[in-house]
Amino acid sequence: MSTPLKFYQVGSFAVGNRLLGDEQLSVQSRSDRTNSLTSGHRACQGCGEALGARYVMDAAMAATDGKVIAVNATGCLEVFSTPYPETSWRLPWMHSLFGNAAPVATGVAFALKAQGRSDIRVVAQGGDGGTVDIGFGPLSGMFERNDDVLYVCYDNEAYMNTGVQRSGATPPAARTNTTHAVGENPGASFTQGKNLPKIAMAHGIPYVATASVSDLHDLEEKVTKAMSMHGARYLHVLVPCPLGWGTKSEETIKLARLATESGLFPIYEAENGVITETKKIRKQVPVDEYLQIQKRFAHLFGPKGNPEIVKAIQAIADRNIAEYELLGERQ
Amino acid sequence: MLQQIEGSKAVAETIAACMPDVVCAYPISPQTHIVEALDELTRLGKIGNCQFVNVESEFSAMSVAIGASATGARTYTATASQGLLFMVEPVYNASGLGLPIVMTVANRAIGSPINIWNDQSDSMSQRDSGWIQLYAQDNQSAADLHILAFRLAEELSLPVMVCMDGFILTHAMEEIDVAEKELVTKYLPKFTPRQVLDPVDPVSIGAMVGPEAFTEVKYLGHFKQLKALEIIPELSSEFEEVFGRPAAGPDNYKGLVTKYHLEDAEVVLVALGSVLGTIKDAVDNHRKNGVKVGAMGITSFRPFPLDEVRKSLKHAQKIVVVERAFAPGIGGIVSSNIRTALSGIDIKINTVVAGLGGRPITLKSISELVDRALYGTLPDFSFMDLDVELVERELERNLLTRRSGPMAENLLKDLGTR
Amino acid sequence: MFQIRIHGRGGQGVVTAAELLSVAAFQDKQHAQAFPSFGSERTGAPVVSFCRISVDPIRLREPVLEPDAILIQDPTLLHSIDVFAGAKSDGYMLINTTKSFADLGIEEFVANRPKERNLIVPASDIAMKHVGRPMPNAALLGGFAAATQKVTLESVVAAIEERFPAKIAAGNVAAAIEAYEFVMEELKEVSHVATN
Ligand SMILES: Cc1ncc(C[n+]2csc(CCOP(=O)(O)OP(=O)(O)O)c2C)c(N)n1
Ligand code: SF4
Ligand SMILES: [Mg+2]
Repeated sequence: MSTPLKFYQVGSFAVGNRLLGDEQLSVQSRSDRTNSLTSGHRACQGCGEALGARYVMDAAMAATDGKVIAVNATGCLEVFSTPYPETSWRLPWMHSLFGNAAPVATGVAFALKAQGRSDIRVVAQGGDGGTVDIGFGPLSGMFERNDDVLYVCYDNEAYMNTGVQRSGATPPAARTNTTHAVGENPGASFTQGKNLPKIAMAHGIPYVATASVSDLHDLEEKVTKAMSMHGARYLHVLVPCPLGWGTKSEETIKLARLATESGLFPIYEAENGVITETKKIRKQVPVDEYLQIQKRFAHLFGPKGNPEIVKAIQAIADRNIAEYELLGERQ
Repeated sequence: MLQQIEGSKAVAETIAACMPDVVCAYPISPQTHIVEALDELTRLGKIGNCQFVNVESEFSAMSVAIGASATGARTYTATASQGLLFMVEPVYNASGLGLPIVMTVANRAIGSPINIWNDQSDSMSQRDSGWIQLYAQDNQSAADLHILAFRLAEELSLPVMVCMDGFILTHAMEEIDVAEKELVTKYLPKFTPRQVLDPVDPVSIGAMVGPEAFTEVKYLGHFKQLKALEIIPELSSEFEEVFGRPAAGPDNYKGLVTKYHLEDAEVVLVALGSVLGTIKDAVDNHRKNGVKVGAMGITSFRPFPLDEVRKSLKHAQKIVVVERAFAPGIGGIVSSNIRTALSGIDIKINTVVAGLGGRPITLKSISELVDRALYGTLPDFSFMDLDVELVERELERNLLTRRSGPMAENLLKDLGTR
Repeated sequence: MFQIRIHGRGGQGVVTAAELLSVAAFQDKQHAQAFPSFGSERTGAPVVSFCRISVDPIRLREPVLEPDAILIQDPTLLHSIDVFAGAKSDGYMLINTTKSFADLGIEEFVANRPKERNLIVPASDIAMKHVGRPMPNAALLGGFAAATQKVTLESVVAAIEERFPAKIAAGNVAAAIEAYEFVMEELKEVSHVATN
């Protein structure tokens, strides 16, 4: 009897690196990876943002022969990576303010253009608050001008740095410290939300993609692709936050995966405002499976739970599945 | 070359001669003519490979400037009024980071009520932002101070605001000797940044600093400002050698202050900006009648030249500070700085708030000030040409009824029915 | 110092007129300062601009309150704003019109002033002829040069040529010259009447 072949699980459905050929190896598993965001920083255990940023920056460095300038918005990533003098950044890095990562990056890009340094590329990064809320206007300006910047949003669905408050990216019903799970409509309100990837696409910029720390290979590929292009590019990465979501540190990747597999966080790629690639759901799960293991949704379950709200969230997932055609054969 | 040219245009051409790498701007009256001209000059290739960036707000204008300057680019922007307030957060950020950005503030009032005309409330609101602030007394100095500003900014790695009265200077056409590029190149060396984002030597800029070093970083910002008090005189005399005229305009002393008939002056008028011209005319008129009047202008308001001000004013008997902005709830802004300079010396200081929101400061009103100062009938703090009747009617209305309505609209209605 | 105030409406080149005048004075090796009334006026709204001309450098920064010359580009302003505010009794007044002072209703105002300083210039008509648009500013400047001799016609022409593209400049130059000659004629007639 033959032993069934077992793939190494890396938390995602990606095949373990050891079984891959050289050219398929992830940037992160290569011996010459740059370690742009090196160890010793102060993120919480299981921080999705720390993981995402590390993959993004190393992939960007690999794609540009190590010539990246990074601009960071205020937020967890900035704070946990740089208390003086212990910066974790091993690339030229600048933080200015909460809402201005995009225009600071624009300034860097134009300075490089004036200096004729076309070899050096610019990556801006910020949290969901810095991106969809306070930095939204400037980011839209950067898109509209098609400035030569890749902007990466690490979406942990709330203002984590200031202690978990609601942002424009906080999902309906989620409890945060400014959307308490009390009263008639517990948690964040049911609104249309602010779908920044869609808004970015509406600007018709060359490249927009969503990605997740549940599929780091895909994340790297998207960064690599983005860095091969010029103009304004936008990458929206789902990065679970154990502290803000009330989840176990070791379940960050699982949560990210469930968000996608339930249909709540569609993963796709778009060029010049048109979707070119969608990641199909491999094994669809009901939203309960994703919500139940997060304390921020605890009020929806148990004896005092609220199945109606869970149903409404399921409806959002179903709408996504239909809109982005998330079910069906993978190409 | 000496030309009959608009102030804004002269500033734009001077900026062009300074060969910035990045110019970014968001339009606001009365700054618009400057940036419009710079867009054209950039497009015509007159500024080398300079990049002109049209941003979507002043917040982004200053942010783009921050990014560009940190990447080693000589960077310029301009704004005024609401625009300056809209960028306050990155304004402080730029000075905290020590980025040598040069910015023109085309001085304009701050609303509400919305008002596009001149006063200096905008730049005065940023006096403690850590930026160096230079105030131009005329259009020649408005243009020239920008050259000195770049030199000073880059020498100290500190941003500099050049403040010029909106409309009064920006929109006035007069003869200005716009600096030749060859001379500017001689005076202003290539920008060698103290800090730069560079893959070859990666640094982190703008990290969080805790209590262990924050005070020291701030102290160094202050230290650099004080250093500027030494450097400005040096750069000014070098400017005069190269260009054959003082950067800060006629009667200027060391680029810090302007002294006009101070030697034996009993009454001294103190002011910043373009009103100095009118004041000098008033001084001449009074001197013809044997009245010992003088004037002092402050070019460098930040850093504030305490010593020079003290030396210039200590023999005066009466000082009248004419201010184009004020601090509600206490009074004069410049005056309180003057008082600091004169601490321990007993001289009467009167504050007169004048020219708010574009109200003309006339020669007649200035001359009357001098008379009233001489006769001792000037209050400690007053508003020049205040329409007392208009104010009193509104105060009456307030007494009569709680719901007296919007104040500004009430006043306008009263004016309309006069 | 000679101070000029120009009244007109937004879109009539009021500010440009003051600036051109200052350039002309500069060409004549005088000192000059031109500035607008600093409004946010839209097309059609009353606009004021100012110019000072002097042999000495000009430091004064107040609006022109007591003009030595008033140029009125649009006679419909006469009864909506006080265009004669601060007017000197022997000051110049040039008005763009084809009507008489009586028809304009300012007979009283002109009555006590030297005749050769109250001048009518059909500037819009002249401009229509040469520029194709009723832009009275260049013509009035020509008239101003003739009336006051504070700037030379050559310098007015040079200022116009410096400011505008060749084609537009040519029309405006022609308008300025015609208005200059018109006013010279007008002055002759006035002195003729006076000596008779
Ligand atoms: C103008 C301004 N307002 C508020 C803050 C406080 N602040 C700093 S970080 C932050 C939240 C960051 O949230 P997000 O962008 O989502 O990043 P995260 O920390 O979640 O990664 C807030 C509100 C600030 N720094 N600046
Ligand atoms: S609070 Fe969340 S985002 Fe911030 S460091 Fe912790 S896990 Fe990461
Ligand atoms: Mg967040």
